[in-house]
Amino acid sequence: MADLVCENLSMTFTNPQTGAAVNALKDINFTLKKGELLSVLGPSGCGKTTLLNLIAGFINATDGAAKLGGKVIEGPGVERGMVFQQGALFEWLPVSRNVDFGLRMKNNDPAENEKLVEKWLDIVGLQGFGDTPTYQLSGGMQQRVALARCLINDPDVILMDEPLGALDALTREKMQSLVLELWKETGKTIMIITHSVEEALLLGERLFVMAPRPGRVHKEYRLPFAERGLTESLREIKKDPKFSEVREEILTMIWNMEEEIMGRV
Amino acid sequence: MFEWMSDNRASIAAVLIILIFIAFVWSIVVGRRQARLTANDEVFGDPVRTKGGWYWAVTGVSALLLVWFYFSWGLGRAYFPDAANEMCQCAKLEEAVSPIKAALPIGSRYYKSTLLASRNSAQLDDLLGKLPGTVFTDAEKAELEEIINQIRDLIANSSNPENMVQETRDELVGLAARLDDVSVTLDAGPGDMTPTSEALAQPRWGTTFTEIPILPITSRGMLFDSASVEAAEIASAFNKVRNRFPENDQLIEGIKARINALKATNAAGTFDEKVAEERVDYVKAVERIFKRLDDGLIFPAAALQDINTAISGLDGAASRAKGGLRAVDAVFFPGAGIVKSKTQCTEQGSARWLPKPTDVVATFARLANPDLENGGGYRGFPLLWWDWMPVSGYVAFFIPDWIADVWPGEYASHGPDGTITPNFKDKLLAFAQGDVNLGYVPMLDGHIWDSLFRVIVALALGIFLGVPLGLFMGVSRFFKSFFDPLIELYRPVPPLAWAPLILTIFGIQDDGKIFLLFMVAFAIMVISARTGASGVQLSKIRASHSLGASDRQIMWNVILPNALPEILTGIRIAVGVCWGTLVAAEMLAGTTGVGFIENIARTVSDYELIWVTILIMGILGLVFDLVMRWIIKKTIPWRGMG
Repeated sequence: MADLVCENLSMTFTNPQTGAAVNALKDINFTLKKGELLSVLGPSGCGKTTLLNLIAGFINATDGAAKLGGKVIEGPGVERGMVFQQGALFEWLPVSRNVDFGLRMKNNDPAENEKLVEKWLDIVGLQGFGDTPTYQLSGGMQQRVALARCLINDPDVILMDEPLGALDALTREKMQSLVLELWKETGKTIMIITHSVEEALLLGERLFVMAPRPGRVHKEYRLPFAERGLTESLREIKKDPKFSEVREEILTMIWNMEEEIMGRV
Repeated sequence: MFEWMSDNRASIAAVLIILIFIAFVWSIVVGRRQARLTANDEVFGDPVRTKGGWYWAVTGVSALLLVWFYFSWGLGRAYFPDAANEMCQCAKLEEAVSPIKAALPIGSRYYKSTLLASRNSAQLDDLLGKLPGTVFTDAEKAELEEIINQIRDLIANSSNPENMVQETRDELVGLAARLDDVSVTLDAGPGDMTPTSEALAQPRWGTTFTEIPILPITSRGMLFDSASVEAAEIASAFNKVRNRFPENDQLIEGIKARINALKATNAAGTFDEKVAEERVDYVKAVERIFKRLDDGLIFPAAALQDINTAISGLDGAASRAKGGLRAVDAVFFPGAGIVKSKTQCTEQGSARWLPKPTDVVATFARLANPDLENGGGYRGFPLLWWDWMPVSGYVAFFIPDWIADVWPGEYASHGPDGTITPNFKDKLLAFAQGDVNLGYVPMLDGHIWDSLFRVIVALALGIFLGVPLGLFMGVSRFFKSFFDPLIELYRPVPPLAWAPLILTIFGIQDDGKIFLLFMVAFAIMVISARTGASGVQLSKIRASHSLGASDRQIMWNVILPNALPEILTGIRIAVGVCWGTLVAAEMLAGTTGVGFIENIARTVSDYELIWVTILIMGILGLVFDLVMRWIIKKTIPWRGMG
């Protein structure tokens, strides 16, 4: 089973000039089973992105290890797909060449690539946009391309770093539905970093609230809303008193953390 | 066709100027109407206010052309094609009387006699003050003071009207009368004077290197021409008049004898070296002043009064005889008019260094004509044409001779019968040196192509070596830190400062210039590629890592395209800088190229040719830039949108 396991994962950044050390993450332990949907919340500077970068393999942990399917993660790899806030698309390539970038790097058969591109553009709702330059797309469409580009490689885990942060409210809701849809259809393990409590509740089968200095998992939730979102309207779910209750609880928690930080500074 | 256009360039200009003027007025009318239309929609500072407006471009260009036509006298020549010839005749008269005027306060501020008297008196005072007491004996000192006083007397005697002999007075009066006669002739007008057929057969103004035809082609011109002949004779007679009289002649003899006596003492004397030198110098200084005053050139001011009046009268008569030409001269020929030197009439002022637009076009057409036998091209080389070039030459350019040298075996030596049978090694050498016939290919040729070729080759080398290095410097700490100081050491030195060294090392052929330009292009390409590579978004790099791209694939598929806008901007800058450097390098050394033409034109003061080369360079630079802009627009449409 391709479970994502973090064992005592710690990260300390050392300033090369001053030697000052910052404990970005300390002893993170969790297991994310295949097909689970995890959202991570927390105040600024709590190490959310550091955690994601460690799992993606862009940086190496100072202590402990992250494992995927029993293998220690030591660098970036195709089995862990990334989706960034701004899409990070290659603007010199049209949509289809962006989507099959990973396949072309593996020197796949171009005809086969073409079929896969068609399929994935269809799934993310971009039929007929294959030849459009990416810079002509709206923010939401760019994120759809980024999702397709990531999914076409068939990764075990999808890591999303505030993927919907730069979108307007309406587009954001549509994209949240799309993420849930993709989660259901592909059965991928997905880890989403977000700033929005509502989004974390909607897109989190599991939810971590992280606390800063040192970065750690403060509280973990298991929530029913993502499952419900597959069949119900997201706006109906948001009206649920239970949803509001959890939201208020988490908001208060993060609010207090922020206050604490401000007090310390 | 070309001949006809060249001969009738003044008439063509006349039509052109009218068209340009119409365009000028029309564009202002259109522009004002457009301005009224949009005035209500746009506030001050709105960027839309800079969009469009081609009609103002027409206004600007046509205004520039009109100014060019005006100050180059192109306008004057178009509508008054005979004016320059007439002004040349007037200039002849002016030149003829100039020796007389030089002696009078008309040509200069003072009478020449006044200047002679005052300057020499001042120098005599100065000399007396500096009389060295130690090197001369007291008797000699007294003698020198006496000589200086006598020279002063010489000046005083000449300045006194009472001393003048009657003969000299008569001469001056006679000359004044002859000058008055010339004035009368001028006032009488040209009458039935007709220009000679020889004069009418002269080439037209501006069509040859002589510029202005010198023989008179109008009756008014004939009048001035004949007046100038008479005036020249009067001037020559005036130059021979001397103010001589017996008292001064005696005085002169006396001074001469005294100076000679002193010189004899100096020559015979056994003074020590330093003293002898001072003595000789002082006596020489006294003699120099004396020599300026012993030829009767100082006249009493009153004696020159008649001549002065006559010359003023002549000026007035000439001005009256010019009539309408005066206004034409003042309005249409800005500058100092036309001046006659010994052999030719030349345009003065702006027209001297600013050739007429039509002349520039004609010179360009002459240079651009590829038919070298009929005066085309420049120095036996066309401006831009094509020719059959041997392929072997290009092969030899790329294959170095040492390949043949290191090939195993020995070169053939001559056999017992004195003949040589070349072996493979010899044949290889011939190949590397281009001594084989590999057929011919059509190739561009000419001064412009030579310049272009140098820029293109240097630029290509700079791009193919500079971009990879720049990209590696953008991604690698080692490459950045290792190469940065090397490049930054040579790059800030202006390329022209390197030019003398490089041209000395490589010689004046293409290699030196290409290497110099390569240095320029290389540094720019390295820096721009490096900026582009290091400016790539981290998330794009991380995304491509996660998509399974290897380092090499990321370099080629992500970093290079991402740096493309900077690289292309770098190429655009490099093209401009290379072009500028090249022209200067060609001026320093070389036998072909646009800069070479300009350098030669400079040494012979051929303003037309200088302007033609300036225009060629400007146009080529513009074309380069437009091409680069087009390429940038086509290849990186995403710029500023990512």
